Amino acid sequence: MNLELTEEQDMVIGMVRRFVREEILPLEFDLDADADEISSEDRDRLVEKTKSMGLYGLDIPPEYGGPEIDLVTRTLVAVEMSQHRAGLYAPCYGTFGGAGLAQLFEATDLQKEKYLYPTLRGEKRGFFGLSEPSGGSDPARAIQTKAIREGDDWIINGSKLWISGADRAQFGLIFARTDSDKGRNGVTCFIVDTDTPGFHVRRIVHTLRSAHYATELQFEDMRVPDENILGEVNKGFAIANDRLTRQRIPYAAGCIGVAIKAQEMAIDYVPQRETFGAALSTRQSIQWMLVDNEIDIKQSLWITLEAAAKAERGENFRKEAAMAKLVATEAGGRVVDRCMQMFGGLGVAKDLPFERWFREMRIRRIGEGPSEVQRHVIARELLGASLR
Amino acid sequence: MTIRLEKEWIELSTAKARLKGNLGVFQLADPAKKVIYIGYAGAKSAFGLKGEITELSDNLSEAAFVRWEVTTGYWSRYKELMMLYQFDYGAYPKNNEPIKLGRLSPK
Repeated sequence: MNLELTEEQDMVIGMVRRFVREEILPLEFDLDADADEISSEDRDRLVEKTKSMGLYGLDIPPEYGGPEIDLVTRTLVAVEMSQHRAGLYAPCYGTFGGAGLAQLFEATDLQKEKYLYPTLRGEKRGFFGLSEPSGGSDPARAIQTKAIREGDDWIINGSKLWISGADRAQFGLIFARTDSDKGRNGVTCFIVDTDTPGFHVRRIVHTLRSAHYATELQFEDMRVPDENILGEVNKGFAIANDRLTRQRIPYAAGCIGVAIKAQEMAIDYVPQRETFGAALSTRQSIQWMLVDNEIDIKQSLWITLEAAAKAERGENFRKEAAMAKLVATEAGGRVVDRCMQMFGGLGVAKDLPFERWFREMRIRRIGEGPSEVQRHVIARELLGASLR
Repeated sequence: MTIRLEKEWIELSTAKARLKGNLGVFQLADPAKKVIYIGYAGAKSAFGLKGEITELSDNLSEAAFVRWEVTTGYWSRYKELMMLYQFDYGAYPKNNEPIKLGRLSPK
């Protein structure tokens, strides 16, 4: 693997870095410490800028109007985009646009007209409904939401938990069991309009993240037409699994970006702060924290870029994606924790972003598959059939 | 688990002496105990709940009662209270500016 950035990568990263420093960081001076949105005026202004940079809609395939950008560069951009207070869960406050639900690129033409294109135009929002109260780490077995065929329709009953954005979405991808005897081969993905009778957002689930919340959904005799099946009946788990694997790379990249920013702030701070007549930077205990941070950051970055490179080459990258997610989320937590320690009281105050990063980074070791599941995925890839 | 703010209403004059500078959410009500404003004390609030409630009640002459909840998760709790109000009454409290909200349909 070539570890040197290309000229183009260098240019793109430079643009994004300037954008974060000149446009995003100044806005955060006036925002609440836990804010995850900017005003619509600021958003519109900044979206124009990302469009003029040629980087709007980063995750949209070029054939649908997105920029030509390879996965390694995309990962490097994600690292840059997260280097601000809200960066872990709201990188650049969404001003680079999103692809919405990537699974819709594989939808039927009719489904694309109804859901994909309006999403790309910013007219509709979707959510991803997989986890349930019965568990999220092993969705193939935990899914208890049931869909039963009735004529040309399906009747869905059940509930979902930890679902982001369902309260503001116009539609969602909902995974339901359509054959109770077939385990992971008995799950189907349905596209469901949120105004369908029987669709309920029952409550907000409050977590360590004050800025962003999850929701609990309930479906009561929700009737969905056959044409709203995404993919094939009983083949929904593959759709979910593909998404879970791909998502691990940008998830890791966000953690690395925040860790880089935290380390940068600590390196600026410790030569200025004096204790017992000398700068903190002269203390070996502080130097070692910075050294350990640097090693954590570099390790995470290389592993994540390797996963992106394998994905870009079209190779199996399950193991590398799981390693990236595991290493970057755990390393990111350690880096932010050490930086808080170096900043002392200021590190835990809401004046600085560390306390928010600390709370949000803790969730990263659980969200999108906990560390233990990542280790399980890696072991399965190493041992192959003998573990299965 | 209750998702509504169901604490007892406290008269503003009594409350002002009791309030502290915590982060949290609150509701202001008129003399008939009808909610007229939902707010929060976040990281930018000078003197937290005490500061926010004192300043707002001084500017809202009809405010007579207040109830509050201390929470560091003020941002999501505030949105939740606004969504619940919208579910109950189909509108925002009369003194709140519109914000981007989702929708809840609690049991």
